[in-house]
Amino acid sequence: MALAQITDSPSLGEVQRTNTLSRWASQHAAILLLGLVLLILPAVAGDFIFVQVVGWAMILGIIALSLMFLAGYGGMVSLAQMTVAGVSGYMITVFGASSLPAISLFWPWWVATPIAIAIAVAFGALTGVLSSRTEGIYTIMITLAIAAAFFYLTLQNWPIFNGFAGFTTIPAPIAFGVNWRHPLPLYYLILLFAALSYMAVLYVSRTPFGLALQGVRDNPRRMEAIGYNVTAHRVAAYAFAALFAAIGGILMVWLNNQISPGSNGIEASIDLLIIAVVGGLGHPIGAFIGAIIYVILRTFALDSLVAIGLDGRRFQTLIGVCFLAIVLFSPDGVIGLWRRWVARAHGGRSGS
Amino acid sequence: MATAFGGDSGARVPARGDALGRWVGHHPIAALALAVAVIVALWLILAPWPAGFEDVFGRKRLFINAIFNGITLGALYFLVATGFTLIFGLMRYVNLAHGSLYLFGGYMGYEAGEWTGSWLFGFVIAFISCAIVGMAMQFFIFRRMEGQDLRQTLVTLGLSIVFSDLMVWVWGGNAIQIDTPDYLMGPTPTPIVVAVKSSGDAVFLQYPRVRLVIFVAAVVIGIGMWLALHRTRIGVMIRAGVDDRDMLSVLGYRVQLLFILVFAFGAGLAGIAGIVGGTFQSISLGEDSHFLLASLQVVIVGGMGSIPGAALGAIIIGCAEQLGQTYFQNYATVLTFVIMVIVLALRPQGLLGRR
Repeated sequence: MALAQITDSPSLGEVQRTNTLSRWASQHAAILLLGLVLLILPAVAGDFIFVQVVGWAMILGIIALSLMFLAGYGGMVSLAQMTVAGVSGYMITVFGASSLPAISLFWPWWVATPIAIAIAVAFGALTGVLSSRTEGIYTIMITLAIAAAFFYLTLQNWPIFNGFAGFTTIPAPIAFGVNWRHPLPLYYLILLFAALSYMAVLYVSRTPFGLALQGVRDNPRRMEAIGYNVTAHRVAAYAFAALFAAIGGILMVWLNNQISPGSNGIEASIDLLIIAVVGGLGHPIGAFIGAIIYVILRTFALDSLVAIGLDGRRFQTLIGVCFLAIVLFSPDGVIGLWRRWVARAHGGRSGS
Repeated sequence: MATAFGGDSGARVPARGDALGRWVGHHPIAALALAVAVIVALWLILAPWPAGFEDVFGRKRLFINAIFNGITLGALYFLVATGFTLIFGLMRYVNLAHGSLYLFGGYMGYEAGEWTGSWLFGFVIAFISCAIVGMAMQFFIFRRMEGQDLRQTLVTLGLSIVFSDLMVWVWGGNAIQIDTPDYLMGPTPTPIVVAVKSSGDAVFLQYPRVRLVIFVAAVVIGIGMWLALHRTRIGVMIRAGVDDRDMLSVLGYRVQLLFILVFAFGAGLAGIAGIVGGTFQSISLGEDSHFLLASLQVVIVGGMGSIPGAALGAIIIGCAEQLGQTYFQNYATVLTFVIMVIVLALRPQGLLGRR
């Protein structure tokens, strides 16, 4: 028995090494392939598909990425990330251009955009200061309360947020000789920021800060004992995550050409959590996978439900049931399903 | 730590007055500020306002109405939040479907009222139907994920989405108003002076009778719950479970049964509150998230898992909301939010919560 194990072990190690190698390659091949498809997509698909479906999914992915970063690496499930996006979206309309000259200041884009992002990041950091005073499950409650408070503020406040009407006609700027309002430039702008955000999160997760944050997630007491400032790490994580939410919020406004309380409402906040959880909190790509699934469901559920003889208006139930199924059967989301499937495929091959 | 709490609460309960004295001794400035605030509030409510005062702050009728609306709204919030906080305190997950239970109770009460014509019968139906839904949720779903509080919370979220969509399906998107029964219609005179006529006669406040009755009912329910928690065997079990449910389970008590009972009771209270809300205002699409938010704010301010905390938080949030709507409409929700932030900054566990 013991002898068999000894003779077995090198070959087992070899199998494992080739497994991890091939898994690494397959994962990166998938990302590269995905990037290529996204780059050439506008050449083969219509405006609606590449802007309203894929572009919209990438924007939701960027915002969900900020939730994924906090929840996956920091262990803090924040429902206020859509609110951060809403803050930056509202700020870009207040400082930039809209159809309401009484409120909008019409500052040039290179002033308005940084201000909007700075305010949103400050808001995100403040959320972090508040919610890191408590832990775990309380974070959901506090961030949901913050999200709801901001939603009702935008709904009731007319001097700054223009009440339930919100703002319309918020054009993307004309900069560097390119009119970003056209679908094609806007699509590539979104793609650029989606790729940058994805790489930034992946990079930061491997920096000392990202590793310390994961330590804080796993055992805050021990990290505190080692000498790390747990609260500072958490607040910094909120601020960093808010940056993506803020970028996503501005792109969202430019794509939709409008913003209203519903854009950052309670439902939108919860949908964002659904996106992140369905995709999987274990890896940044999960945010984008969840977003594309959500957008496809949302865009085509009506027709497909009608096609199989059900009421098309019940797509919210469909989304809820999908979410429940994922939470009940695969807590690590679609990524978890994928990883298990890959592991099983490889396990099967090495066994045979 | 758990045993320390157990010993502490055992010693504290009989000597509540003593605890208050100790608190005043430890925080003389806070106690003084609280006493001044109570006296000012009483004066504002009971005394007729001088003329100059009314010029600055508006009419007293407005203020008194806001306060009364706030307190009765607080009673409604208490009914919703107390089930929420009880479930959280015992089972340690946030039931984000609590707002859906509130809405469901309101609709069931409305249907029962339409069928039988009895407002009170609606309460029975709402309580029972919500309790059954709650029991089913606890029995079929949450029991299977014991100890995974994040996952349980996410499941409640998914359920709330499905529930709210199904309710839109059945009852549509229009607001439904539950009719106040005849014997509770109309105003009741109260001994509070709101203005003085030029002839020198005092004008007394007239206030809707149904709201006062609901307020009294909420107080009765609150006191009843306090008594049940502190004077009955099952109350002892619940309090022990809040402190340390593993220990309770080890001692041979059927914790799962207790969980189901508490979940059923909390859900039933939310259902009752649904009828109250439908009578006060109306029930419609979106009210579920409104009342979920209210419950969150109430328990964050009052203290998570504490029933007296839920009562205090409900009154504070209710009054803040109504006063905000009366005096600065554009920023009404900011007021409740600011209160929440201040509480979190000074006492993260909530006013009456404990760590």
